[in-house]
Amino acid sequence: MAGVAVSTTINGDHVEYLCQPDETLLEVLRDRLGLTGAKEGCGTGDCGACSVIVDDRLVCSCLVLGAEAEGRQVETIEGMAHGEKLHPLQQKFLEHAALQCGICTPGFLIAAKDLLAKNPDPTEEEIRFGLAGNLCRCTGYDKIVRAVQDAAGVMRG
Amino acid sequence: MNFDPRLTNRDFTSVGTRPIRPDGIDKVTGRARYGADFNMAGQLVGRVLRSPHAHAVIRKIDTSKAEALPGVKAVITAADLPDLTNGDSALYDILDNCMARKKALYDGHAVAAVAAIDARTARQALKLIEIDYEVLPHVTDVDEAFKHTAPLINEAIFTEGLEEKPVKPSNVHKRTQYGHGDIHKGFAEADFVIERSFRTEQTHQGYIEPHACVASVSADGTAELWVCTQGHFVYRQHCAQLLGMEASKLRVTSSEIGGGFGGKTHVWAEPVALALSRKAGRPVKLVMTRDEVFRASGPTSATSIDVRIGAKKDGTITAAEATLRYSCGPYAGMWAEVGAMTAFACYKLDNVRTVGFEVLVNRPKTAAYRAPSAPMAAFAVESTIDELAGKVGMDAVDFRIKNAAQEGTRASYGPVYGPIGIGPTLEAVKNHPHMKAPLKQNQGRGMACGFWFNFGGQTCVDLNIGMDGSISLAVGTVDVGGSRASLSLVAAEELGIDYSQVKAIVADTSSLGYNDMTDGSRGTFSSSMATISAARNAIRILRERAAQMWDIPVDDVVWEKGHALARGEKYGNLSPLSLKEIAAQSGTTGGPIAGHSELVADGAGVSFATHICDIEVDPETGSTRVLRYTVVQDAGKAVHPTYVEGQYQGGAAQGIGWALNEEYIYGKDGRLQNAGFLDYRIPVCSDLPMIDTQILEIPNPNHPYGVRGVGETSIVPPLAAIANAVSNAVGVRMTHIPMSPPRILAALEASASAHDA
Repeated sequence: MAGVAVSTTINGDHVEYLCQPDETLLEVLRDRLGLTGAKEGCGTGDCGACSVIVDDRLVCSCLVLGAEAEGRQVETIEGMAHGEKLHPLQQKFLEHAALQCGICTPGFLIAAKDLLAKNPDPTEEEIRFGLAGNLCRCTGYDKIVRAVQDAAGVMRG
Repeated sequence: MNFDPRLTNRDFTSVGTRPIRPDGIDKVTGRARYGADFNMAGQLVGRVLRSPHAHAVIRKIDTSKAEALPGVKAVITAADLPDLTNGDSALYDILDNCMARKKALYDGHAVAAVAAIDARTARQALKLIEIDYEVLPHVTDVDEAFKHTAPLINEAIFTEGLEEKPVKPSNVHKRTQYGHGDIHKGFAEADFVIERSFRTEQTHQGYIEPHACVASVSADGTAELWVCTQGHFVYRQHCAQLLGMEASKLRVTSSEIGGGFGGKTHVWAEPVALALSRKAGRPVKLVMTRDEVFRASGPTSATSIDVRIGAKKDGTITAAEATLRYSCGPYAGMWAEVGAMTAFACYKLDNVRTVGFEVLVNRPKTAAYRAPSAPMAAFAVESTIDELAGKVGMDAVDFRIKNAAQEGTRASYGPVYGPIGIGPTLEAVKNHPHMKAPLKQNQGRGMACGFWFNFGGQTCVDLNIGMDGSISLAVGTVDVGGSRASLSLVAAEELGIDYSQVKAIVADTSSLGYNDMTDGSRGTFSSSMATISAARNAIRILRERAAQMWDIPVDDVVWEKGHALARGEKYGNLSPLSLKEIAAQSGTTGGPIAGHSELVADGAGVSFATHICDIEVDPETGSTRVLRYTVVQDAGKAVHPTYVEGQYQGGAAQGIGWALNEEYIYGKDGRLQNAGFLDYRIPVCSDLPMIDTQILEIPNPNHPYGVRGVGETSIVPPLAAIANAVSNAVGVRMTHIPMSPPRILAALEASASAHDA
């Protein structure tokens, strides 16, 4: 198969790559671009560990083709902090110990960022349903929900 | 080992605080490297071909077409992993599970593997491998497999543990028995007896990170393995034995681990990856798909358990017995035995007997899952206890308090308990506001107790002091949930310095002595013991160096709050020397300063928990909702309380999934029908409430700080607590886990028709 030339923006940087037509965005990020922050937990869109934001839309990058990133803005966990300055969600996840093994953490942070962009003051129930597409097997979600609540408060100022 | 592990009273400075974990920043920025996040130059992609049959003789494998495909660099079968196990049957089973030798024993059993230049070529190559199977009758159900008429899985299995060796082979690998007293006498003394049968379905640990490794075998026979594992030293040992290497020639580095819960204590694809690399002469990366994780790794046992318990009118239990049948996959196991040991461990019993049967089935080899075997036994026992309390006319908590084990009680599995936490957790539950909160229609409350042994094991730590006075702590127990934070706290505590001065890492197998796996809730328990020992060894050297710097006898130097102090009025003019000041002079006082420790961490204190759960059941659909959940557990001493809470909450959440949703569903063809997260549904955020925790601290007398393991016990009570809650909500005793909506509806309908009749 002939490769597809893609020109896109990832975390604010212009990026060009060649990928196969059937290659997922997750494979491109991880295997071609070395952005291994997005994880493959299932490959079928069920676990959310590969969550990224494409043009303000939260997606499972395992369900998006690499070729579909053409001309779009892709946001991954690697772009969440500004230099050494962590995003409030990252800081609150640390403070609340909202991670144990941490494999789901990048996906949760991206999903939570998307949630708070659309709903800056969510109720506990809205957080729980907003993050229902991300699986965590370690924490029972308690500390994740608390970290998101706390971060939302900080972000509202 | 010149180290006294006994508990000493002390006021803690660092231990018990809640700092940010040292590996946290990499985990929130995506920098942490897990099993699949590592790459080597020239790396190939490995893929495994798996049996579609539950039970089949492998007559012939033709790999020629796959080998001829451009881009394929190696194809292997069992022939490339020759049997080097020398009669070690447990090791042979590991080998056979990694790559089927004569028969495929379950849907998903590995039969061949390829290494190719990319994933597409590898997948294509798998399709070109031709296998001639002779399909055999199979059995996947634990009760069916137990019958004499069941298809025979292994003709060499003759039930062990019977008085006479059976004349015929069967699917029952072993019978074990525990207990003491005279149960016949005990039941004769009972005024009330409850007898029930229970079933639990098979569940998977459900770690979000699939098994992943990169193997690189060099032409000189040395090799490296990067892998997500709970025990890289054990992986090294098993891989080296299976591949015929010396252990020291294989360097295993444990990656960050994306959950294990017992499932990453066993080698699966790692020997295959090494064999592929050896054959191809290039590094091979092998990552399981989620489908493979479900079909061929994990899971825990499916069980069938009969329980009988008798009590007097005053609530004293007079006798208890249980028969436990646990599936162990197609190989010998020890799962029913562990269930038989734990079943009645919470209670003080004069007459008790438990019998376990290990049952072979055509399902994946059973692996440890967080307090393996205990949750199912607790479900059966705690359900029966609840029913018996009702029959006696006592409150469920009071009935348990009356019969709870205490210090000095002989446990049903043999030993005599030291100070334990079952009574205190029950008292805490009795007084907890949760128990007094009102319930509405269709809601029910349940509570249950749980026990886990905990484990210590072989442990090794290096504590190196830099010239700047900072501490590098190298441990060998894989960090599955924050142990680098807790061990840094322990090092800081013992040395009397700040937490920020310590950096803990998990060392690879060539950099540190052998360590057992992170299992049995041993990570923080055992490595903290070794860390304390190593720190005390370092302090001895620090005192010697200070004495040298001051030119006074070392016996006159004491260590306090991170400083050497000269003891005695004659040294009044000597200012304390800080660790930093001593470290800065180390080059001229005798060289680098370090403390090491190699020990067997005996004395892991047993652990108990009691949980409370409120459930609402929709009587029309049979669906359930957990409204409120409270965990009370003894931690001995909580080193980092936030991560202790996290263990309590995580175990409860896994137990909730097990109780209400999760199960392996096999078709009549013996194939797993729900090998994915969509159909094998683990709890999501919107399924759960906040999970409240209460940490009790009944010090373990066998640890300097009183620490007990905390990781596993929290999954033991939930199945029973939730079953008791559902039973109380619907007025029908639930005996089959998971209590999925169809099972709850069926129970309600059966109850209604019984009332009508």
